[in-house]
Amino acid sequence: MGKTISEKILSVKSGSDARAGDIVISAVDLVFVQDTTGPLTIRQFKSGNKQTLAAPRRTALFIDHASPSPNRQLSNDHIFMREFAAGTGCLLFDAGSGVCHQVVAEQLARPGDVIVGSDSHTVTAGALGAFATGMGSSDVAVAMSLGKTWFRVPETIGIKVTGKFARGVGAKDLVLYLIGMIGSDGATYKALEFMGSAVENMPVWQRLTVSNMAIEAGAKVGLFCSDDITKKYLKSQGRGQEYTPISADADAVYERMIDVAADQLEPMVAMPHAVDNTAGAKSLAHIRVDQVFIGTCTNGRLEDMAEAASMLKNKKVHAGVRLLVCPASKKVFTESISAGHIQAIIEAGGIILPPGCAGCLGLHQGALGDKEVCLSTANRNFKGRMGNPEGEIYLASTATAAASALTGKICDPREVL
Amino acid sequence: MAEHILRGKAFKFGDGISTDLIIAGKYAHLRSNLPELAKHAMEDANPEFVKLVKPGDFIVAGSNFGLGSSREHAPLVIKLAGVSAILAKSFARIFFRNAINQGVPALICPTDGISEGDTLEINLEAGLVHNVTKNESYSFTKIPPTMLSILNEGGLIPYINKHGDLKL
Repeated sequence: MGKTISEKILSVKSGSDARAGDIVISAVDLVFVQDTTGPLTIRQFKSGNKQTLAAPRRTALFIDHASPSPNRQLSNDHIFMREFAAGTGCLLFDAGSGVCHQVVAEQLARPGDVIVGSDSHTVTAGALGAFATGMGSSDVAVAMSLGKTWFRVPETIGIKVTGKFARGVGAKDLVLYLIGMIGSDGATYKALEFMGSAVENMPVWQRLTVSNMAIEAGAKVGLFCSDDITKKYLKSQGRGQEYTPISADADAVYERMIDVAADQLEPMVAMPHAVDNTAGAKSLAHIRVDQVFIGTCTNGRLEDMAEAASMLKNKKVHAGVRLLVCPASKKVFTESISAGHIQAIIEAGGIILPPGCAGCLGLHQGALGDKEVCLSTANRNFKGRMGNPEGEIYLASTATAAASALTGKICDPREVL
Repeated sequence: MAEHILRGKAFKFGDGISTDLIIAGKYAHLRSNLPELAKHAMEDANPEFVKLVKPGDFIVAGSNFGLGSSREHAPLVIKLAGVSAILAKSFARIFFRNAINQGVPALICPTDGISEGDTLEINLEAGLVHNVTKNESYSFTKIPPTMLSILNEGGLIPYINKHGDLKL
């Protein structure tokens, strides 16, 4: 009987015939932490008997969540991380490098890898065909030390997306629609595997958006097969030689299949305070917004900057709306400057933030005031997420966010395109 | 071996309690100061929780408890607040594993019959929750053997320190 992508990767990395439901011990190819979970991970690592890293050059520390630091405590956490990196020889991506998941996609993730990170959005690298999943500090500390971890091999839900996306509709709308349909626990303990004609033609930057949000349905991983599009992406990052083809067998066994017709999708929004609380953008046209945030590991890529810039060029952000734009990595930032996207966004009234997580998790750079409404391209809108339980967060695509920044209300982007 | 019974009162929460409700991201600056961080446990779900909870008490919730972030600080602040076990209809994947790795029993159990303030007795070996207040019993889903062996050592790091490796 054939295997899913998860079963194939975990078979290779565990040296066994891994099938859904099995418990396996798997080699780990890349392990990383960020600055809000890293200090605890390092302390857990140091409380272990074995004090050496299994693979220093495949262990990465990212300073991205509070970057640059807003206060002394987090500054001291950053010092603690820098000292650990200097002492062990592991990789350090300091403030300004960008969000860990974007940098992992650009520089580190390879098809077929097993990747664990102490951040739930580690699933993002599933877009490149890596079995990438978020874990807590203890599990990640053990993976750093031993170079392995244990998994229950997940059952897989196949998501077959066919047809073509309409103008103004894309990957973010697809994944919000899917989460709205199956719920925030609809894929708990499961793998999601994306397939179908709409996926075969989907560029990597959009695949990353879809994989990034697999965790919002509870999934362990959100996987795409690796293909020519993956190969071209890796080549564009100077890593063409790291490509390997990974795909499911034709007779792989799926727990269930969900069919989605891309051409039937419309711009989607997740309403407060749950990612599965979704509605069409059109039905929310009465909601006034105080802040629009374009960025994060979900939608802070070069193509997001390009889309925002093209919609905002020679226009003005609506009076009373703060538009915050944050490129997800230094590479995205410099390329967006070269392409003129940053200039167009600033001239329209946008505020550019340094590459990192910015206001996504409520630490700094865009915390909400009481009763304020934010339309964000991030992946979470939980109560309190952006620093204030009295704030309201709506999630949408970059196109919907840019359109809403122009009109001051939640706006179906097809109305301004 | 004598049966180990956990006894305490229930603090009731609803469905979909996120890691932001358990410990908000805005307190990230306190994550290297765990006693201070723990003062904010469950704050946005029940601001009175840390004032009222006593050592041994239980968190009792609906479905998908702990969804969201991978922050292990979530089960950690619950443990530091004195909670001896979490009962929920279901758990988010990362939280479930983190709780066990911190030595906190996370028990999948029908919780509709449990009310705020009910006194519960939990027999981990027998897989039973006895509601003393209502004189009812509920059984919880067995913790998978891999995770039970980690829980029994008090968490993942003590497990690895004892066994030197992952032995499943």
